[in-house]
Amino acid sequence: MEEVIAIAIGVLAASGTWLILRPRTFQVVMGLCLLSYGVNLFIFSMGSLFIGKEPVIKAGVPQDLLNYTDPLPQALVLTAIVISFAMTALFLVVLLASRGLTGTDHVDGREPKE
Amino acid sequence: MNLMPHLIVAPILLPLLTAACMLLLGEKHRPLKARINLVSTLIGLIISVLLLIWTQNQSSPASIGVYLPSNWQVPFGIVLVVDRLSALMLVLTGIIAFCALLFAMARWDRAGASFHALFQIQLMGLYGAFLTADLFNLFVFFEVLLAASYGLMLHGSGKARVSAGLHYISINLLASSLFLIGAALIYGVTGTLNMADLAFKIPLVPEADRGLLHAGAAILAIAFLAKAGMWPLNFWLVPAYSSASAPVAALFAIMTKVGIYTVLRLWTLLFSGQAGASAYFAGDWLIYGGMATIVCAAIAILAAQRLERMASLSILVSAGILLSAVGFAQPNLTAAALFYLVSSTLALSALFLLAELIERSRSSSDVLIEEDAETLPTLIEPPPRGTNLDDEQKVVVGQIIPWAMAFLGLSFIACALLIIGMPPLSGFIGKLSLLNALLNPAGLGNDINAPISTAAWCLLALLILSGLASLIAFSRMGIQRFWTPLERSSPILRRIECVPIVLLLGLCVVLTIKAEPVLRYTQAAADTLNNPERYVMAVMGARPVPSPEAKAAMLEVQP
Repeated sequence: MEEVIAIAIGVLAASGTWLILRPRTFQVVMGLCLLSYGVNLFIFSMGSLFIGKEPVIKAGVPQDLLNYTDPLPQALVLTAIVISFAMTALFLVVLLASRGLTGTDHVDGREPKE
Repeated sequence: MNLMPHLIVAPILLPLLTAACMLLLGEKHRPLKARINLVSTLIGLIISVLLLIWTQNQSSPASIGVYLPSNWQVPFGIVLVVDRLSALMLVLTGIIAFCALLFAMARWDRAGASFHALFQIQLMGLYGAFLTADLFNLFVFFEVLLAASYGLMLHGSGKARVSAGLHYISINLLASSLFLIGAALIYGVTGTLNMADLAFKIPLVPEADRGLLHAGAAILAIAFLAKAGMWPLNFWLVPAYSSASAPVAALFAIMTKVGIYTVLRLWTLLFSGQAGASAYFAGDWLIYGGMATIVCAAIAILAAQRLERMASLSILVSAGILLSAVGFAQPNLTAAALFYLVSSTLALSALFLLAELIERSRSSSDVLIEEDAETLPTLIEPPPRGTNLDDEQKVVVGQIIPWAMAFLGLSFIACALLIIGMPPLSGFIGKLSLLNALLNPAGLGNDINAPISTAAWCLLALLILSGLASLIAFSRMGIQRFWTPLERSSPILRRIECVPIVLLLGLCVVLTIKAEPVLRYTQAAADTLNNPERYVMAVMGARPVPSPEAKAAMLEVQP
């Protein structure tokens, strides 16, 4: 399972980085999105990966670290998801404003010279 | 009841509540919102000053105040901590916010929606970032201040701002991702995000995990250094700051200092001399990265043609000096750097405000951001009802100050002296104490024969040369703006726009006169930073307030 997660994070981060370096604003937005997904998975995996373990204390399960997974990264991921989602929405607004003001979707606000 | 521990959380709650009230008020009632904002900012400043006085009056050497939100036991909950360094930054933020707001109330707050609410949220993020002692909470406050800064950056709209804002936002989103990766790595290795707990656990990290820890810290540092403006992570800064509206740029002058503050705080705490194998990790990177920043910014400042650009580049020069000085991990140098930080931040804020007034007085042919003319109210306009009346019931708006040019010229000279670091103002004292600390690594009079490292000589030379570059650039700018124009109408200034500049520069004069107590204070702050065990003990020793039942039980047991 670790390999699958690692490959997923790697692919997301790599495609995110490539897209961020592209010249069109929409590609940059998509790149930032993918990168933030990769980062969220990364935080999640930092709490060690387990299948079928509870993050919060449950009645009937012995209260030791063997039976639970770390709840903190899950809480952190939740915060990070909310923040990155809001920021992406804000970035989209700026993208549209920039498109409206400059008439181009190039990140520099003008088309490169031929 | 002792108010003090609750005062620590007040600088965060106050702007939050104020911003919420303003959002409820909606788009109308702008004068009312401006007044609420001003009062709230002033109260925030007073609270910061009270906290500063509190840290001064404590008898214990560290004088660290700890607040446990929600009464959680220490390593498990978020902690807010105020020590001398945070108190100093809080007061600085309060002063700059107050002055920027006064300036904005003249006309800039009318240039777009929700200025006052965004302003307060920005303040909340700044205060929170200076107070928090938890890595993830720091991320949250960074996001709060960044989210507000995106809005403020675009305030007034226009092509230049939106283009610069687009770059500014994408760089900061990227930096936030790096912040999260770094924080997650550090959590993965140490199992904690509490800064004091981290300082406690880092020496105990097994050798096999140390590489991972260092990688995490380095990635985290990239996020902070991008905000602090270290070369080569600072290309976003100059266009963004120089196209932002004047009061916003003045407030942003403290934003790079947030990056420097977090580097200083985390680096001295996590990688102090007691950190075992990780002691002073990557200190050379700070020293030489800072120097590279100084070189690049000083060369660029020689080529700058606009005053706003020069101000932004001066921010980079001062950021480079501060980062490099921090990297030496030498208490007397850190103390001098903190004094320099205060002086240069005040001066740079004043310069950003001044820049707009000076550029306004130039001929209309080269108005910088032409769209401003549409979004901003014109200078000479019929007064809005019920606003801006002075003592004699005359309208303050558009009243011509006969001394306008003299005021601009004198303020420009004062700003230039402060930023270049020439006598007699506080910039000189800041630079002199930096040079002094570099030449006396062991402290004045302690060990005269202590060797001075090559890096120290390099920084010494760069300090003087960057001053020379600024001197040339500022003289040229002064000649162009004030002496060359043959005939030109005196600019129209409003009193409310002059007051903040006078306030900021007046504070620099006070700083010059009261340099000794301020330097003593920064020395004490640097000593606290140099002895992280005090901070760790204070935070880890904080106990939650017992619940009423537990209190009653204790009372029953005692008799």
